[in-house]
Amino acid sequence: MLSKRIYLKEMDRDSVLKQINEIFIDVIDNKELLITDETTARDVDGWNSLTHIELVDAIENHFRIRFTLNEIGQWKNVGQIIESVLSKKK
Amino acid sequence: MKSFAALKRNIKKPASGLKRIRVGVLGDSSTQLFTQALKGYGYEAGLDLDLHEAPHDQIELQVFEPESGLYKAKPEFIILFCSVQKLREKFYRTDLAEKKNFAESHIRWIESLYAVLLKKIPVQIICLNFPELNDSVYGNFSNKTELSFVYQLRKINYRLMQLSSELKSLSICDVCSLQGYYGKKFIFDSTTYFRSDMVFSIAFLPFIAKNICDIVLSVCGVFKKCLIMDLDDMIWGGLIGDDGMENIQIGDLGAGKSFSEMQMWIKQLKQRGIILAVCSKNNELTAKEPFEKHPDMILHLDDIAVFVANWRSKAENIQYIRRTLGIGFDSMVFLDDNPFERNCIRDLIPQITVPELPENPGDHLDFLQTLNLFEMASLSLEDGTRTQYYLEETRRSVVSGKYPDEHEFLKSLHMVSHIEPANKFNLPRLSQLSQRSNQFNLRTIRYTEEEIGTISQAADTVILSFTLNDKYGESGIICLVILKKKNPDTLFIDTWLMSCRVLNRRMDCFTLNAIAKVARVNGIKNLTGEYIPTHQNSLVRDHFFNLGFVQTDGSWTLDMQTFEERPCLITALNTNWDKNQALIFSLRGQGVFL
Repeated sequence: MLSKRIYLKEMDRDSVLKQINEIFIDVIDNKELLITDETTARDVDGWNSLTHIELVDAIENHFRIRFTLNEIGQWKNVGQIIESVLSKKK
Repeated sequence: MKSFAALKRNIKKPASGLKRIRVGVLGDSSTQLFTQALKGYGYEAGLDLDLHEAPHDQIELQVFEPESGLYKAKPEFIILFCSVQKLREKFYRTDLAEKKNFAESHIRWIESLYAVLLKKIPVQIICLNFPELNDSVYGNFSNKTELSFVYQLRKINYRLMQLSSELKSLSICDVCSLQGYYGKKFIFDSTTYFRSDMVFSIAFLPFIAKNICDIVLSVCGVFKKCLIMDLDDMIWGGLIGDDGMENIQIGDLGAGKSFSEMQMWIKQLKQRGIILAVCSKNNELTAKEPFEKHPDMILHLDDIAVFVANWRSKAENIQYIRRTLGIGFDSMVFLDDNPFERNCIRDLIPQITVPELPENPGDHLDFLQTLNLFEMASLSLEDGTRTQYYLEETRRSVVSGKYPDEHEFLKSLHMVSHIEPANKFNLPRLSQLSQRSNQFNLRTIRYTEEEIGTISQAADTVILSFTLNDKYGESGIICLVILKKKNPDTLFIDTWLMSCRVLNRRMDCFTLNAIAKVARVNGIKNLTGEYIPTHQNSLVRDHFFNLGFVQTDGSWTLDMQTFEERPCLITALNTNWDKNQALIFSLRGQGVFL
């Protein structure tokens, strides 16, 4: 399970990407999945509207943050998810 | 509890060995994640749920359209999932003057769904009740006015209980209680709701899925019958052997109170029909002392059907308890505060349910109550006196030791049996027997109360109910036989099952004599029967052979023309039972007997 939680100061972009990658692996259930800033839902088999809800839920729980509906609605790729996470952990 | 993600991974596993059940899901909000959780939890519960998920918000369309996908899927269960959010919306759109009738009109709507569904297919409906939702429109005053949502919501939940106590095929999934325990903050997530119209949080889905599987299992006859408990630090604080009776913790204050409350709960379980057994590492006399003498004990010796206190291994003792009670391990729960004993039993007897317990005894009861260990599907008046039967049984077996001659012993019991066709009084118990009996059950076809009621009306079927009483007490209804006329000459034994507590009393012979009587009054020439082996009914493998049936390709036949009554020492209490017109095919057809 995703129990390792990393807090404010140690947080950098790479580390957030790695952690979000782990969350994707867990939710999409694909151990080989490798995501980058540019990855979009189209690139990932199994990233659909349903799993998206799970991803949001899992990312929120993991980083102990809460996204607004508008933030979620504006994401175009993984990079923007990371931006949202970082902006809340500043 | 496993996470939603873990349940989802279950779905990819092979479903071999799981019980396949067809389930329809009807919701007024998004049910996709809910359905996935249900499917995934099924693996944990031994169920291969074949789910038919109706399109979003199509409850009425699916129910009232005779050719709908729902009916094509032939579900055995239907989950009716109405959300409190949709309910609130509907309430707000209701004219002020009509608001006070809101609950009643919702209940009438549920009734109409029930009526249409049940008319079309034999199905068990699981209706989710509503979690509390105070919309703070009237403040606390909502409790004082019928016009508030809070008032109507609670009324609906109450009326749902009433309705489900009247309608056999309606079960309630108590979402309200679940929210009461886990809290609204846990069960609801606004992001999930506003983005997907899913009214439960992902974290909560496994819990609601478990609750529904609990209901499905109990309706299918899988439920707990017996609670085996340890004593020291389980139902009283301290060690009776070391501390002595004066020093164990029990009573009104502090730590003792938590044990008293545990005993009160266990006593309630016993009253509702759970058999209690004690399994303790202690000297028997020491262990029994508080039960006999401690003024604060709530449980007494006569609450305990089997009391085992010795120094042998608990696994051995539990096997002894199982043999004495004649029920399966999978219907037992074992409570022990000692992790070593718990793990031992889990390893050695994996079928038995062994709840992990919190370390603090003060948390035991609350935790146990969240597990919903004792789900049930039907209630009969006899449930409360079940322990009594087992105690009488233990007495009988002691006396049995005094008679070297079995015949003399049986004679000394003065056994009488009351034979009846199915009627509205014995129906609950008959269906319960059908759901519960595993060992003495020739074909293990399970019937619900509704189904037995229906087949008892069929022109080609008769149902016989038997009680057995003796000088030690009443065993109540202990045997069910369902006979179907295959053709004018042949009567097929569709069901023959007996409670194991009346084994070795020649009740099988008495029952056969009764069946033969029914055959004769109907001019039947042959009786046929079938044995369908399960992993629990090897007891009756040779049942038909022993009763003189002859085997011909898989089925067993008994020639009624040459049949002679088998000797037994049981007398029919009602001598003219075989004149009952419900048992005579030529008199049936137009009559309603229930």
